[in-house]
Amino acid sequence: MSMKGEPGKAAYINARILDPASGFDGPGELLTVGEEVADIGPKLFDGKPPADATVVDCEGQCLAPGLVDMRVQLREPGEEHKEGLKSGGEAAIAGGVTTLACLPNTNPIMDDEATLEFVARRARQLALTKVYCYGAITKGLRGEELAEMGLLADAGALAFTDATKAVADAQVMRRALQYAATFDLMVVQHPEEPALATGVVNSGEMATRMGLSGIPREAEIIMLERDIRLAEMTGGRYHAAHISTSDSVAIVKAAKEKGLRVTCDTAPFYFALNELAVGDYRTFAKLSPPLRSEEDRAAIAEGLKAGIIDAIASDHAPQDQDSKRLPFPQAAFGGSGLETLLAVSLDLYHNEALSLLDVMRRLTCAPAELLGLKAGTLAKGRKADLIIFNPDEGWKVVADDFKSKSKNSPFDGRPVQGRVLRTVVDGRIVYDTFSAESAQPAQRAAKA
Amino acid sequence: MRDPVFPHRHLLGIEGLCPAEINHLLDLSDRYVEMNRGPVKTSDSLRGRTIVNIFFENSTRTRTSFELAAKRLGADVINMQVGASSVSKGETLIDTAVTLNAMHPDVLAIRHPDSGAAKLLADKVNCAVVNGGDGSHEHPTQALLDALTIRRRRGKLSGLLVAICGDVLHSRVARSNFHLLLTMGAQVRIIAPRTLIPSAIERMGVEVFTDMTAGLKDVDIVMMLRVQNERMRGSFIPSVREYFRFFGLDREKLAQAKPDALIMHPGPMNRGTEIDSDVADDYERSVIREQVELGVAVRMAVLEVLAQNNAAEMEQASTPKVRVATP
Repeated sequence: MSMKGEPGKAAYINARILDPASGFDGPGELLTVGEEVADIGPKLFDGKPPADATVVDCEGQCLAPGLVDMRVQLREPGEEHKEGLKSGGEAAIAGGVTTLACLPNTNPIMDDEATLEFVARRARQLALTKVYCYGAITKGLRGEELAEMGLLADAGALAFTDATKAVADAQVMRRALQYAATFDLMVVQHPEEPALATGVVNSGEMATRMGLSGIPREAEIIMLERDIRLAEMTGGRYHAAHISTSDSVAIVKAAKEKGLRVTCDTAPFYFALNELAVGDYRTFAKLSPPLRSEEDRAAIAEGLKAGIIDAIASDHAPQDQDSKRLPFPQAAFGGSGLETLLAVSLDLYHNEALSLLDVMRRLTCAPAELLGLKAGTLAKGRKADLIIFNPDEGWKVVADDFKSKSKNSPFDGRPVQGRVLRTVVDGRIVYDTFSAESAQPAQRAAKA
Repeated sequence: MRDPVFPHRHLLGIEGLCPAEINHLLDLSDRYVEMNRGPVKTSDSLRGRTIVNIFFENSTRTRTSFELAAKRLGADVINMQVGASSVSKGETLIDTAVTLNAMHPDVLAIRHPDSGAAKLLADKVNCAVVNGGDGSHEHPTQALLDALTIRRRRGKLSGLLVAICGDVLHSRVARSNFHLLLTMGAQVRIIAPRTLIPSAIERMGVEVFTDMTAGLKDVDIVMMLRVQNERMRGSFIPSVREYFRFFGLDREKLAQAKPDALIMHPGPMNRGTEIDSDVADDYERSVIREQVELGVAVRMAVLEVLAQNNAAEMEQASTPKVRVATP
């Protein structure tokens, strides 16, 4: 039953369907025709799937929309020794990510259409995950002059960000929000006041003990508070990336209650790890923003539960060995995230009392909606981007086995629960460990 | 055989050591103090061993102290001063470690401007590593020599009230010292302007003061820290004269301490910045020169124990595993 190459017709039966956009969680069946979802329902086929369809027996596993990852660095063009559209694409589909948005901090920078178009074309040719781009807020990510947001948006930029750099100048940020609002575009900030963020780990006892310079929580809090004032002043659409403190959650909550167009995301690092992970000078846990205290970690998980944090993004930041095998202060920031996104996020379901549907919402339809993408749902007529996964299967993260070129995962060696079994993009199977297992129908039938 | 009381492979920091281990190193050091004062200053306990001093930061006294300690024990010593030049050539600490390791040293003494560098080196080589100062993290032999100085003068460490004054934020000496002193049952006060006090320091069991007069009240020991000049130009401190006025140790401030309080400084001193010459040179109170003297003895003790443990480790590694005869 090969569906590789031309997408045909597939009937998924015996699945637990999770479609957060419609709020459906239950046994169900789904039909894809060509690149699209043709129909979905609890008893769609009534025991008689169409004769010309390939029947996929999901064996009770979860069938969900493919993940939409709104914060990924793919490093191509410019740093292909760390990652590329191919290796990153393969990492994405192995992680169940069928749509991603990559940051503009490539070389050349995505502050003109040519780079955006290059990435889009390469990604189309590779036909792995779907790759969209952010445009730069400022030319050269220098934080000074506005980039051509209108033209970039026309060329496909989904939203605007200066990637891992904060737009520090208040006047520039004000103008960016105003100008972006002209075209109803979203501005995504790395909320961290650079003048306060000169350290390498979270300020506090851990930093003091290790003799490492600290980045206070206030670096994030101050920038977030300033930006929200500017969003209020300009009416712009503002999104804070990877928030990491309890105060940030409270600030975003207040902004939402006020009716401002403010949203935010976080990365699994910030609800699954705390600053203790940098013990023994582990440079793989050197992240930006830094891992925070246990109280902050718990508050981020709580913020996700309460729905204040809109989305979960991997914040995939591949770094090669040479950038990480250095004394801690010299090592690069960032962690690999694509291949652990689902499993680590499912911590929230297993340990933090979020429903499976709520976790999936923050990984699928919520980020898709923020980016204005028709993705992250199993609705009829939408593209057949989906995953089959087992939320309970335990495995151990082994970074050396990653598809990604870089192995800098702070989760290396961590036991996790939840495994992607198959990834389908536009009706084509692009990643599959499921059919190999289900290759013995006789045995399975005997078991049943 | 490994030293039964101090079985560790490396000395990367004081944090985590227990009182028995610290006392053991100090007892061994005491023996070497006597030897260093006698007519025959060398032994052959490390004959045939190779000690490499690898310094990524300029240092005269610590390097000399390690070198002399190794020579007095009969070891072969190599000094490598790795300047900014080889770092700019792209050679990393790990490259250096691999190169050095190929030369089969027994002990590496490292100084590096980055916290955690000694640990990184220790992970990559198969010999003993002694931390000669890594960034703002630790400088364990300095804390041991300070402790030895105090113990010889006061006969004990526990129960003493010690004030550590100055740039605690950037000081590895301060960290190693308060770990050691607290472990040994002394009470530690930190005295500095707020800009030079690391966050959450009080969680480590020290008392924080921002006023020298209050902080020095009734202390047994005054440890001054060096303040780098580049931090005195407005970034952390407005000026040298302002710093000296409020935080420099002079007679007047010292009068708050116990009449027989000892004055210590890890060197090199900035006279007129953190300490008044009048106080620094008071040989009744100041034990600064004695610290330098005892530093050699402490490093002899540390090198000897680590070399011994390393030899035991190597022997164990090279002993052929018992083979099960196959029929």
